Amino acid sequence: MTAIIDYGVGNLYSLKSSFAAIGEQAVVTGEENEIRNADRIILPGVGAFSDAMEKLRRTGLDRVLIDEAEKGKPVMGICLGMQMLFDKSYEYGEYDGLSLVRGKVRPIADVSKNLKIPQIGWNSLIFKKTDCPIFKYIKDGDFVYFVHSYYADECTESTVAVTEYGALLTAAVQNKNVFGCQFHPEKSGDTGLKILKAFCEIQE
Amino acid sequence: MITKRIIPCLDVKDGRVVKGVNFKALGDVASPVDLAKFYSQNGADELVFYDITASAEGRALFTDILCETAKSVFIPLTVGGGINSTADFDRVLKCGADKVSVNSGAIRNPAIIGEAAKLYGDQCVVLSVDIKRVDGVFRVFSKGGRENTGMEAIEWIKLCVGNGAGEVVVNSIDTDGVKKGFDIEMLEKVCEAVNVPVIASGGAGCMEDFITLFKALPKVDAGLAASIFHFGEVKISDLKQMMKDNSIPVRI
Repeated sequence: MTAIIDYGVGNLYSLKSSFAAIGEQAVVTGEENEIRNADRIILPGVGAFSDAMEKLRRTGLDRVLIDEAEKGKPVMGICLGMQMLFDKSYEYGEYDGLSLVRGKVRPIADVSKNLKIPQIGWNSLIFKKTDCPIFKYIKDGDFVYFVHSYYADECTESTVAVTEYGALLTAAVQNKNVFGCQFHPEKSGDTGLKILKAFCEIQE
Repeated sequence: MITKRIIPCLDVKDGRVVKGVNFKALGDVASPVDLAKFYSQNGADELVFYDITASAEGRALFTDILCETAKSVFIPLTVGGGINSTADFDRVLKCGADKVSVNSGAIRNPAIIGEAAKLYGDQCVVLSVDIKRVDGVFRVFSKGGRENTGMEAIEWIKLCVGNGAGEVVVNSIDTDGVKKGFDIEMLEKVCEAVNVPVIASGGAGCMEDFITLFKALPKVDAGLAASIFHFGEVKISDLKQMMKDNSIPVRI
């Protein structure tokens, strides 16, 4: 069973449906027990960093998530959920994240000059590491769907894949059992479903 | 490198695709869900569902169809038609839509763009504009292109992007249905005016029209069309291969 954390941010209908499509059970939940009992956890997120972090903290689920991640449970952050895994974000100020992955989140506009912000659309994955379990069915150059205005920086150690958008932007990270995808696997067609499937196959 | 998007648009009325569609491979298709699956499997980068229903009953049917589609189609889904309030945004986003396109609703109440952008993020708010030349000036038309609002189109688009629209669909009434190609002149003016993704709509009659579009205007992000895809005049897989052969970045 996969727990998709519901903390009042975004619509999780497609994400839940994508698990059903690969034959995996998933529950959208804000209940601590359900999250603790799940085999793996998805941290979704859209919108602004500070707002999402505040909502997550208000529910107390930030502690639950950190706790379960430290116990070794597989965790995947998606889009803003991925950015929240890092130490800090500089979106409209300076805010602390969950510090499950070392790094900082900065505006794409700082590095990709003369390009449209947000990056919206299908872009290809360029792998920096080849042993990340969530990408075992994916090859270099496969396309995934991005929608973002900020990117993760100072995270070379954990970077699994990047994508080219004026500069090389972090597309996916891994710190042991904690994974992050800047793109939306649930909107990336068969490629995305294969990534979710591989994530579900990870044994704690 | 980010790729150019090819987007089929489905007009939906009372739960069915308007006029129906005939594919050799599929036979007659009127189910939006089946058609969405077909396009998704054949290389569409995104889908637009346009609700042209007038009745409340039809509207409920439309959201049912959206939910059904989002259960089996995992590419971005934009929804338009009858979007007049943030409650309408909420209604379709809950059913799996990723982006919501506003047209007449924004003309009646321009504040809707800012309100929706604040609630759901800029990336969720798509401005759709029907534009026609009147005495040499680009004018915004409302009510499905029937009524001249008198507003100058480029100023209107700049205002809406400034308020939070994260993407703009430019429908040229002048080229729509003519099948002689996209409105390059109009699209160029829009691309010069804003720095958000621009989607070209209206006028595509063959694959070459897409090549001309992306070659002439590298700043255009996507091409949208309906009937040429529905009636099999252009196969998305063939189109994307031709784009690739012409060195246009594309997802294959």
